[in-house]
Amino acid sequence: MASVHGALLDLKRLDQLAGGDTPLHRLDPRAKVLATLVFIVCVVSFGRYELSALIPFFIFPVCLIAAGRLPAGYLATKVALVAPFAIAVGIGNPFFDRTLLLHLGPLGISGGWVSFASIVVRTALTVSAALTLTALTGFTSICRALVRLGMPKPFAMQLLFLYRYLFVLAEEGGRAARARELRCFGRKGSGFASYASLLGHLLLRTWQRAERMHMAMLARGYTGAFPAAQAGRFGAREVVFLLFWSTLCITLRFYNGAELLGTLITGHLS
Amino acid sequence: MHMADALLSPTVGATMWAVSAGGVAICSARLCRRRDDRLAPLMGVLGGFLFAAQMINFSIPGTGSSGHLTGGLLLAILLGPSAAFLTVASVLMVQAFFFADGGLLALGCNIFNLGMIPALLVYPLCYRRLIGPAPGRRREVAVTMFSALLAMQLGALCVVLETAASGVCALPLGKFLLLMQPIHLAIGLVEGAVTLAVVSFLRKARPELLVRGSAPAGAPGRLVLAGFLVCALLVAGALSRFASVQPDGLEWSVAKVAGGASLPQQRGGLPALLGALQRKTAWFPDYQPAPAAAPGTATAPVMAASEGRPVSGKGSGVAGVVGTAVTVLLVAGAALLLRRGSRAAVPPEV
Repeated sequence: MASVHGALLDLKRLDQLAGGDTPLHRLDPRAKVLATLVFIVCVVSFGRYELSALIPFFIFPVCLIAAGRLPAGYLATKVALVAPFAIAVGIGNPFFDRTLLLHLGPLGISGGWVSFASIVVRTALTVSAALTLTALTGFTSICRALVRLGMPKPFAMQLLFLYRYLFVLAEEGGRAARARELRCFGRKGSGFASYASLLGHLLLRTWQRAERMHMAMLARGYTGAFPAAQAGRFGAREVVFLLFWSTLCITLRFYNGAELLGTLITGHLS
Repeated sequence: MHMADALLSPTVGATMWAVSAGGVAICSARLCRRRDDRLAPLMGVLGGFLFAAQMINFSIPGTGSSGHLTGGLLLAILLGPSAAFLTVASVLMVQAFFFADGGLLALGCNIFNLGMIPALLVYPLCYRRLIGPAPGRRREVAVTMFSALLAMQLGALCVVLETAASGVCALPLGKFLLLMQPIHLAIGLVEGAVTLAVVSFLRKARPELLVRGSAPAGAPGRLVLAGFLVCALLVAGALSRFASVQPDGLEWSVAKVAGGASLPQQRGGLPALLGALQRKTAWFPDYQPAPAAAPGTATAPVMAASEGRPVSGKGSGVAGVVGTAVTVLLVAGAALLLRRGSRAAVPPEV
């Protein structure tokens, strides 16, 4: 994460996308959450050497991004930001696993490279699915959907509170971090002592703020629960959406779409 | 220490989801019983604090690298274990949705590694036992450092175990351990020092704040939780062995040749379902039926037998590449069409 402010802007942008008004945005969040979960489980359940079977799964995020009119480039950058971790862990594979697995003409490809590519593709798939879900739905709606799917109330409350105060506090933290950066020259002053006292002060301010907020909430009649917003409806469109994507994902899970297509074409040629 | 979806098998992911969900449910129920209205907003802002604190990096002197606070132990000291666990879990959830740190399937693992271990395991079983009612300065330093180190080491160990159990990554277990543990030794030292510094800062500035967390929780609840954790770990261990062996399919095909199923089939519920799904991977990989496993197959490299498909078949490889290319084109085409279609469907702006 480059800087606090950058991260904060990012957070806001992703949430603003959820304010769009396409048929996908209007779907009940539960349908989207469930479809994404089916998708992710299908993707990660592949064996480690399956690569070509993973490619057709891109249809899910790509269609949602296109139909939801989300900025594809921006989401792709965010996916790319997460990639280094998967690459760091997967890059060992080509060195430890040298068994030849594929022959493309004179070129032999070892199992390690295949599994490495498979890890990277999987990361891209799951991360883009999660980001697309957030951008289409918004965090608050996801929380409400999860409550209606059985998440405990106190945890949901905690999530909603966290989300409300996140921006306030992250701004405060960002200001403190920038102040420290401006006052220290090079490495000097960015050491441990100033870091600890910076965090301590941030914590103190946070705490005082919490007390003030709590008083204010009590004064306005807070009874320990947020009033529920209007309840969405799990109608025919939601059922169709969920059924379509689950069926597609599960079908693609058991039948390698890319290879089927390939044999169809190569068979036709020969 | 955030894990990624791509490194996990669904069995491990689902098991850890179940463990973490159980933790969330138990802690939520405990908080409900406590009926402390002030706690909810406080947890919310502290979650925000943790989020902000994790974005501010500190430089580790001498190494030129930097790290940041994870905060599980700090929050447990300030809030008590249940509230701290829920707070850390909520922060991880926001990170999963917005920054894709980890991912949705890995969320269970991350909540366990970064939340459950420091807040529900190390804090009640180690920190609170050792620190005593009125600790001296030296004792506090020693206990805090030790707890932070322990939490970090256990977390890193769990990352390694979960990755190894999933069997997606080919890193040998020993080498991965040698890579992970020392790094997290350093990070754990800094984490302990930061926790200690913040707690002593608070003790000087607002001593009354530190009273809240030290309120003793009911011992039976703790016991139940500990028992639950042990069970969960056992289940995870057993299931993960199951998961790491299964995708190979080697034993499965051997068993099929021998004509006897050596695997117990009486597992129920989600794990069984996912296990069945994985077993499908092993012997019904694609549209092709698995080739009859000759006795010689058993001696072939694991990978050759793993997918049960003709691995050296030129045709299959070429078909895969061609199919991939065509699929990419199709997907791109679908995206273009959808985008154009939806643009046409948008009414002109008024």
